[in-house]
Amino acid sequence: MILIAERINGGFRDIAQAIKDKDKGPIQKWAKLQTEAGADFLDVNMGAVTRDPDDMAWMVETVQEVVDTPISIDSPRMEVVKRGLEVCENERMINSTTAVAERLNGLIPLAVEYDACLIGVASGDGGSPQDVGRRVENAATIFAAAVDHGLDTQKLFLDPIAMPLKFMQEQAKNILEAIRQLTVLSDPPPHITLGLSNMASDTNQRNLINRIFLVMAMGAGLDAAICDVTDKKLMDAVATAELILNNEIYSDSYLDTYRMR
Amino acid sequence: MKIPDVKKTWSNRISTVTIGATKEEGGTRARTITVGGETALPFMHFEGEIPHRPVVGMEIWDIPPKGWPEVLAQPFSDVYDSPSRWAKKCVEGYGADLICLRLQGCDPSGEDRSPKEAAEVVREVLGAVSVPLIIWGCGDDDKDNEVFTECSQAAAGENCLLGTITQDNYRTLTALCKADNHKLIAESPVDINIAKQVNSLALDVGFDIKDMVIFPDSPALGYGTEYVYSIMERTRMAGLKGDKLMAQPIIANIGLNVWKTKEAKARAEEVPEWGDHTKRGPLWEAATAYTYLQAGADILVMLHPKAVEEVKRYIEQLAGSTGDKEGQNDPHR
Repeated sequence: MILIAERINGGFRDIAQAIKDKDKGPIQKWAKLQTEAGADFLDVNMGAVTRDPDDMAWMVETVQEVVDTPISIDSPRMEVVKRGLEVCENERMINSTTAVAERLNGLIPLAVEYDACLIGVASGDGGSPQDVGRRVENAATIFAAAVDHGLDTQKLFLDPIAMPLKFMQEQAKNILEAIRQLTVLSDPPPHITLGLSNMASDTNQRNLINRIFLVMAMGAGLDAAICDVTDKKLMDAVATAELILNNEIYSDSYLDTYRMR
Repeated sequence: MKIPDVKKTWSNRISTVTIGATKEEGGTRARTITVGGETALPFMHFEGEIPHRPVVGMEIWDIPPKGWPEVLAQPFSDVYDSPSRWAKKCVEGYGADLICLRLQGCDPSGEDRSPKEAAEVVREVLGAVSVPLIIWGCGDDDKDNEVFTECSQAAAGENCLLGTITQDNYRTLTALCKADNHKLIAESPVDINIAKQVNSLALDVGFDIKDMVIFPDSPALGYGTEYVYSIMERTRMAGLKGDKLMAQPIIANIGLNVWKTKEAKARAEEVPEWGDHTKRGPLWEAATAYTYLQAGADILVMLHPKAVEEVKRYIEQLAGSTGDKEGQNDPHR
């Protein structure tokens, strides 16, 4: 499982304040904590605090001062992504493109140029899809564009879009089915990821819903997720699902060893 | 039709382990031996890097062995009584890359020799040959812990490979290896889950798992090789895929296991249809070695000189000029 850690995000109050004050402390604390918890990538997102690309550069530099964990540069704005890529010395990921041509044509060449991984979110001109077919169609559009532009498909992470269970309950099984269908897109398949925390929005069983859904999605073929890697029960569930899928070798200490794989 | 490219690439590298220390490095070895560092399955040079070819160590004992079959005893019976001459013969006469000193004499149910006597033998062997040394315990946990306390110290600075730790007995030897800068062999009884667990335990007590080699036990051909073959293969594939607790070089200690089998020992007069035992025994040992080399073994510990010769030739053929780019383990260097 490729774990993209979600906590360095201006949507959280401590990170928002840190960006405003240019206080490296909270960002570096979460960079270290999440790395120790087993993060494969650290997502870095400015949130709504600022629109200045230099703030992204500052965040990326702040993170890579303390860890060499790969960084996922998370912004809807191309100039912010580009600025982040320019200063990023760790391995890089772009979060994210959609299936909209303008974004594909801008972001895929950028991924190729910076040898970065790329998350492709399966929304298109019609916005977020409400069924399986549109999800897969948009993801396939992204996949085809990646191939056309010469991006290694093993660097591509397709995201069939997690939606809140509470408000869109019928979507959960559409997401699972879309994951199943994406696994046969190529051999080996591209990576498939989700922004897990969306699933449990505004519920009072956040961790349980995230945990159960993640395991079910892994069973369907999900091999990456943007999630809270410091949620111990979530990580234990992932480690156990990896054993059941025979992706990891069992040992009596597998819960501990999974985090340092 | 275009033939598809089915080459497999792996994301991780097996750790690189160097055994022995030269004068500059604080020891007295003429050369060191380095194994590991692969980014591909054994001998698959076209799929990745295999920077170091597998090596062959020869086993000697601190006491004269009893009851060895004549074919095995014959090359060594003149040096049995002296570990240093025995070691010298292996290196100078038969081209051993390393010496593996098994402290059989310390076995409490045998001669029960003292830790001090064992340490003396270690010093003697280190003085007699200039290749790196593997020191192997007698197999009794409590006694081995006492013996290694002396022997690790006696060999301090020489960067030896010491073994073995197991799931039930790992603290003492791990601490010694850490204190005296030796490398460590982690043993598991034909069980990949325990192999991972032992490495995890050593890591827990602060040992750098990059300084370890995995010993999944290595039975003779016909006595469970297929189990160990698949364990070694699965271990190596997990390591190459990124499982850091499985990404260590592998050691196969096969000599004694082979020479316990009737297929290696039985004389031609007893089983005429099996043919000449003077050829069959060494061949059995060599065939066991080939099997483990293909499965991923980086270090072999063997007994019969003829088998050693055959296996070295086999490695030479398969590793050839593409492996071992630095030529460090090249016997012709």
